Amino acid sequence: MNSVALTAFYTLGRKEVVRILRIWSQTILPPAITMTLYFVIFGNLIGKRIGQMGGFDYMSFIVPGLVMMSVITNSYGNIVSSFFGAKFSKHIEEMLVSPMPNWVILFGHVLGALSRVILVGSIVTVISLFFTEIHIYNIWIVISTVILTSVVFALAGFVNACLATKFDDIAIIPAFILTPLTYLGGVFYSISLLPEFWQTVSKFNPVLYMVNAFRYGFLGVSDVNIYQAYAVMLTFLVVLTGICLTMLNKGIGLRT
Amino acid sequence: MTVALKVSNLKKTYKNGTVALKGLDLTVQSGEIFALLGPNGAGKSTLIGIISSLVNATSGEVEVFGDSLTKQRNLVKSHIGLVPQEFNFNMFEKPMDILVNQAGYYGVPRKIAIQRAEKYLKQLQLWDKKGTMSRSLSGGMKRRLMIARAMMNEPKLLILDEPTAGVDIEIRRSMWEFVEQIAKDGTTIILTTHYLEEAEQLCKNIAIINHGEIIKNTTIKQLLTTLDIETFIFDLDKSPSDELLKALDAEITEDHSIQLDVHKSKALNDVFKTIDELGFKVLSMRNKVNRLEELFFKMTHKPTDKQSDMEDMA
Repeated sequence: MNSVALTAFYTLGRKEVVRILRIWSQTILPPAITMTLYFVIFGNLIGKRIGQMGGFDYMSFIVPGLVMMSVITNSYGNIVSSFFGAKFSKHIEEMLVSPMPNWVILFGHVLGALSRVILVGSIVTVISLFFTEIHIYNIWIVISTVILTSVVFALAGFVNACLATKFDDIAIIPAFILTPLTYLGGVFYSISLLPEFWQTVSKFNPVLYMVNAFRYGFLGVSDVNIYQAYAVMLTFLVVLTGICLTMLNKGIGLRT
Repeated sequence: MTVALKVSNLKKTYKNGTVALKGLDLTVQSGEIFALLGPNGAGKSTLIGIISSLVNATSGEVEVFGDSLTKQRNLVKSHIGLVPQEFNFNMFEKPMDILVNQAGYYGVPRKIAIQRAEKYLKQLQLWDKKGTMSRSLSGGMKRRLMIARAMMNEPKLLILDEPTAGVDIEIRRSMWEFVEQIAKDGTTIILTTHYLEEAEQLCKNIAIINHGEIIKNTTIKQLLTTLDIETFIFDLDKSPSDELLKALDAEITEDHSIQLDVHKSKALNDVFKTIDELGFKVLSMRNKVNRLEELFFKMTHKPTDKQSDMEDMA
């Protein structure tokens, strides 16, 4: 990495973190409140009547899923709002006219998303401690899954932001694709509860692998093979990185 | 003298079929302030967009200080500073942060970037606004902020796309002084403007672009010599008589004023003599329009254009 790229990467990453902290009431507070409500309603009130799932009480079972849900939505949301906002108000041109390599533009924004995820994920985890005890089966699986999932959804958000031409375009994907995939990705239940056909259908949902890998890191139980989960995450990471860099190199959605 | 910018056979056709540039050629020598003029939609912004990597060229070649844009894009970018027509900074950031971040994107270490930001904010009279949210700056301040931002990488080629649009006269003049100073310090400047007196004041060489082609590329001095008629307004001591109007082929503009076209082959002394002989005194005299403006209008509005416009209206 040359010194221009390193300085540019530091500058962009720093700028993104400062942005997240500056607008904390939009970036940090809402997910904290939303997740607290999930813990209270699904975990505490409804969860007591559900009993055990996967050999654990329901609250312990859904904590990893809820943390992963906040990881996915915040990672995607951060990069979409930051990059599309820059594109919409044209200050993306500050980066496009500079000699900063395209991979720095991409991973500088990904670093911003990752920073927000770590911040929000930590807060959500701390909040969960008020409702249940947290078991950690393998800390490295927990950390690596958070990082991989965050990067994958940040990259997906980057593609969305590049292609979007209006604010509707950045709202459609989270509402109609991301939320259903997350809710049907085993956040609230084990897919073993589903009929065989829907279990097979669920296995085409990448979020299922991320949620279960994360849950495996906490509880040591998973609906999917852990190696398969890593393979899915790494495949998405490589493919999406390729797509993002191609878009940046060709200027798709950025240059006329 | 080295060549700062060389554009060869540059073409741009947008996806909607609009042909913005039709094989444009242009050379700008280093160290000069070069004026690029043209009516709206002539292709100026497309040309600037391609040079600064914001627009993809369809074909052709751009070289900046000998480095090819297609082969060494990042190196070329490091030579250039751009002040675009539209405000394109984050309105929710402070001027100091905007400048320091911009320098960072060019690889300037933060410590040096802060010193440079202070220097340019002071030079452009924005120092006391360094911590103000940018959206609350006035139009003139925002323009100066964009100039300061473009200077953060200390570019060898500075492109100013209508930098003084909407700026009051006092600030415009201070911006001219700044531009002249950085040109003296060795920065090559390409200036597009609608204020033609600005081009006349600052630039030695000029290119006029129309319909995606360079229709004139010469020195301003040489260009002005091609103007064969100038329009003058004479303020007289009393209302002009019909005899005077007929003798000078003039027309009344106001109560005591007349307007007439004077061919460059004709001496102004003859006009004064006629006025004097008919019993009038000249109290003052001035050009009706900026000479360059008149030339520009003539070059970019050929009779064929006017005719087709009329046909469109019909």
